[in-house]
Parts: sequence; C-alpha cells; structure tokens
Amino acid sequence: MYKYDQYDQAMVDTRVEEFRDQVKRRLEGKISEDQFKPLRLMNGLYLQLHAYMLRVAIPYGTLNSAQMHALADIADKYDRGYGHFTTRQNIQYNWIKLEEAPDLLADLAKVEMHAIQTSGNCIRNISSDQYAGATADEIIDPRPYAELLRQWSSFHPEFSFLPRKFKICVIASDTDRAAMKLHDIGIQIVKNDAGEIGARFYVGGGMGRTPMIAPMIRDFVPLDQLVTYSEACLRVYNRYGRRDNKYKARIKILVHELGAEEYTRQVEEEFAHLLDQGVEPPLAELERIKTFFPNPPYDKDASDEIDRSDPDFAVWVDRNTAPHKQAGYAIANISLKPIGGIPGDASTAQMHLMAELAKDYSFDECRVTHAQNIVLPDVKKSDLYTLWQKLDEAGLGTPNLDQIDDIIACPGLDYCSLANARSIPLAQRISERYANNGKSDVLGELKLKISGCINACGHHHAGHIGILGVDRKGVENYQLLLGGSEGADTSLGKITGRGFDEDGVIDAIEKVTDLYLDQKEDGERFLDTYRRIGMEPFKEAIYE
Amino acid sequence: MSDILRFREDETVDHASVTVDAFLEQTNSNAVRIEPGDDARALLQHLDQIKLVEVNFPVFGDGRGYSAARVLREAGYDGEIRAVGDVLVDQIGFMRRCGFDSFEPEKAFDEADAKAAFERWPEVYQPTTDGRTPIWAKRHG
Repeated sequence: MYKYDQYDQAMVDTRVEEFRDQVKRRLEGKISEDQFKPLRLMNGLYLQLHAYMLRVAIPYGTLNSAQMHALADIADKYDRGYGHFTTRQNIQYNWIKLEEAPDLLADLAKVEMHAIQTSGNCIRNISSDQYAGATADEIIDPRPYAELLRQWSSFHPEFSFLPRKFKICVIASDTDRAAMKLHDIGIQIVKNDAGEIGARFYVGGGMGRTPMIAPMIRDFVPLDQLVTYSEACLRVYNRYGRRDNKYKARIKILVHELGAEEYTRQVEEEFAHLLDQGVEPPLAELERIKTFFPNPPYDKDASDEIDRSDPDFAVWVDRNTAPHKQAGYAIANISLKPIGGIPGDASTAQMHLMAELAKDYSFDECRVTHAQNIVLPDVKKSDLYTLWQKLDEAGLGTPNLDQIDDIIACPGLDYCSLANARSIPLAQRISERYANNGKSDVLGELKLKISGCINACGHHHAGHIGILGVDRKGVENYQLLLGGSEGADTSLGKITGRGFDEDGVIDAIEKVTDLYLDQKEDGERFLDTYRRIGMEPFKEAIYE
Repeated sequence: MSDILRFREDETVDHASVTVDAFLEQTNSNAVRIEPGDDARALLQHLDQIKLVEVNFPVFGDGRGYSAARVLREAGYDGEIRAVGDVLVDQIGFMRRCGFDSFEPEKAFDEADAKAAFERWPEVYQPTTDGRTPIWAKRHG
C-alpha cells in the first residue's frame, strides 16, 4: 500500500500544527465558533449531540495493521473503547474532547493517517472498491489513481470553499461495489478499444434529499489528463454551483439544472484551457504511486481446496468470502453486524485482533467497506479455517454478508445533531427479528439500509429495502422504500406509502420479505423479484 | 489604507474600484471590483488597462473568488488582486496561492497569526500561478 515520503509526512505534520494553533486561538477566544466551525470541519471535527465527533480519513478504505492498531489505541486513549466504521470507508470517534483533538491528530500522523477534509465544503476522502487489487473482475487496481487524486485534492487552494461537500469514488471493474454513480464524481478506470487505460467520468450523482444517479460525461479521459479533467469539473462547479440554498448546492443540482450536455460543454471548455496550465503531474508520478501497490508475494502453489467439514465454517465461507484473482486465495469479509449489534462498531480489542489477523493472514492489509464491514483481501484458502475460528471467538464471525441483517445504518438520533429519528436501535431490532425468525438465510442477498434523516448517510435510497427516519409532529416515524440498488444496475428506491412507528416498520419489512419468499422464482434475489412484479403487490401486503 | 496587507512594490491605485458592469460600459477605470456572481472572464479583453482587481468576499464561505483570481492569473494578468470583505487569516494562505497579492479584511489580522499563515506550509501538492514547485515536481526533479 501507499507509503508517505518526506513530503507527504511534512504535509500531515504541518496540518497537525496548524490545527493545534487553530484550537488554541479558539480556546483563547480569538476566533468565534462561527469562524472556527469551517476550520474544525475541514479536520473532520463535528460538534454532535453529546460531544465532538472526529472522523478519520481512511484513503480508499485501505489500512495496514499498524494503522488499525493505532485506531484501536485512539479508541482507548481518547474515546470510550470503540470506534464506528462509516459508509464513507472512514472511522468515527464519538466522544472526543476539543482540547485533546490536536494530540489525537498527532498520534494519527505517526502512522501516516489524518482527518484532513473528512468534512466541510471541500473534496472529501476518496473512496474505492474494497476488493481493489484482489478481485478477478477488475481491469487494474484503481487505488493508485485514487491516491493521485488524494494528493491533488489535499489542501487544494481553489477548492476548499466549494458550494458544498464533494465526494469522489474510483473503481476499475464493471461490478460496482462502491456506489460509484452515487458520488459527486464517479470514476471508472476502463480500457479502450486500443487497449489503453483511461478514466470514465460520471458527474452529479448523490444521495441526500434529492438522490440522483450520475450521468456519464466523458467515456475516456487519458491517464495523463486525469487531474486536469477533475480540476475542470471542480472549477465549473465552484464557479456556478448554487450557493443560495444549501440543499441545492451539491453538484448534482448544477448538472441537473444545466443538463448533463451543457455541464459537459462547460467542463470541456475549461479543460481545454487548463491543459495549457500545467496542472497535471507527469505520468512518472502515477508510475511511482503504482509501485506501492504491487501484487503481494502470493504462494503460487497454494491449494484451491477448502476443507468444509465444519458446517458452520462452510456457511461462513459461502456467505463471507469472495473469489480472488489468485488461485488458492480468497477475499474474506469480516462482518461488523453481529446479531443485535450496532452496525459498523468495533471495540478496541476487536480492532487489535483484526490488525493481527491482517498481518498474519492477509499480507498486512485490510480494507473498510462502505457497507461498514472489514475485508481481508488476500487470504490463503488453507488459512481460512483458522482465521474464521479466531474471528468467531471474538464475535466477528457472523456469516451474514449482504443479507438482511448486514444493515447499513447512520449514527442517527443517538449521536447526530442532524437526525430526526434513531437508526441504531431499529437496526438492532431488525437484526434480532430475523435472527429469531430464521429467515435471514433463506432470503439470501437483501441489502437493508437505514438513514435517520433525509441527508441519507445510511444510503436508504440505494437499499433493496430502505428506511428513512423522519420527524412527524415530534414523533419518530419511518418511511419504507423498496427497489434501490447501488451496483452496476444502480436504481433509487421508491417509497411504499405512509410511514410507520418503530414496531410498525419492522412488521412491514417482514410482510415485504414474506411476499418475496412467496413470489420468488428460481434463483431470483429480492431485488429481481421486486423488479419483475413491481411495487403494487408489496403495497397490498403492507397496507392491506 | 494602513490596514491593507500588500505583497507588491508598485504604487497602490488610489481611487475607488467600479463594478464589473460599470467597468465594461465605461472602460476608463483601472480598478474593478468582482462580486461572487461576476464572471472574471468578462474582464479578460481589458487586462492591459486594469491595475487593481478587488475580489469581494461577502461571506468567507463563498469560495467563488478563489476561482476568479486564478482565472485572471492564468490569463496573464499581473496587476494587483486584492481580497476584500470577510477575509479570515486561515484563508489567506490559499488565497495567496490562487493569485491574491493584497488583503483588506473587514477585521484586521493579528500580525503574528498572518505571518504564520503565510509561512506555514513548506510544501504544496498543486501547481498554481504563484510559481511554487509542487511536490510531484520535486519528486521527479
């Protein structure tokens, strides 16, 4: 994985000192909370309901064991012994003291980590495919391109006060595991007919209160123009994105209001201008970055057999592992969704264990997924059984990847000052309901996502089943959505009808899944059945 | 005008600037003021006669002025670009990189804080017209 040189380290160290100075000036009263807010936000520090929340960037979701250990230590030293992995492949700590935040950042810098631009109206941490580099279905590892863009977007002098936050995702396979088209810029690394690698740009996607799937605006940007093209996309947005209404300020609104064609025309014009401005790093820089992402030294003779004699293990293998490009290896998913647990939470001990397992069984690397789980990308098949035993012993062996109890949920009203309703307790109860009724396994792939307000941090628009918490006359109310998807076949869920209270929405979900089990034809996933039979039968089942 | 922080040796324009619209209609002024909604490119045909461009920041969070300054510098404008309005000390490092070379904040900067802000960053990732060498160029000689 990428390793800082003296320049990268100097940037992060400087940021720690700058933030230390800003906190000092705030505590001395030299700057107001209004003025301090954008500064702390650009360092990922939010003032939440009960305390400060700090969001730490995990670039393209990749971590080594030293970094995971450090995250665990931080949870112990500055928080209450746990951390929360997020839908942006980051980690959040919920109980941070302002005066300790600079020290926390200094601890992060020691392991080449930071909280730069994890919040605020700037270019955020860049996300990617959690199977990058390991999966057989990609044309190339997308992470070097993400790293190139990470450096370009860090402390960008022109784009630090954008109309609104800006999220970029880079993938390199047709199977989209990162909700790429629901980002402000989604980049798919592709190969053209001549066999050259380039970048396909999708611009103007997003969730929030106005969900939109990003249209493609350029099918091939040559790699030696990747930064320049991105800069053009951002400049048009910075100059013309709406600033009169924060809810209409994301780039999706600009692209929608101008039309994709007109936005593209403006980008191309700006791009033609910027090509003469020398903003593009030389290809040698991309090549340098690529050298940090080699194939690990795989054992070429590793056996492709898995001993499935332990039935519990066999279930975990079937559900939580994915095919690897290298014979004899598998991609292993660690579910952070134990039955009745808080989605995405991990304790200090669990983080230390995952770090050790990454070191011992996955070439010192792990990944955070946007579904709030952890991936060990390069596990020898012959090690899977031992790995699973160690995970299971620590409560990390739940075999439920992509099942109904593998729930994505935002922090909701338990932590978040924006939320209208609680997400976590609802996720816990749904998980328990499906553990007790035993239906999770027969349902198969069914992605359930919960947001506690219309900002949609829990990706409810993209859930096969989505739940949106709203405030209805002072009472938490939950709307149900069906038919969303975040993959290559991205679609947005539709609301079933009037909302429910907490008990009601859980019952409604069970009616939905029962109807699916009744209606499904051979091999159909929930989403397939929904797309075949449509909303009506589900509505009837729910509201009859 | 002692509260203007300036990084230029030439003489300061001593009269008030006019709006972009007024400038385009009369074009006998050499000082123009850009508001966030103005298109800096409207000035590009007249850069020879302009000595001062004020870029107004009514609120610090409106970042359009950063693009305006870069657009002017990229077009070769070498007169003064002054940030005026709600200009905060934590922004002036970025502004300098975008081509601003004078600052007239509503609320004066603490001198030491301003000095620290300009000197803080030993390295930069992006090239701009300020001439600083980006990190990637240092890496590849």
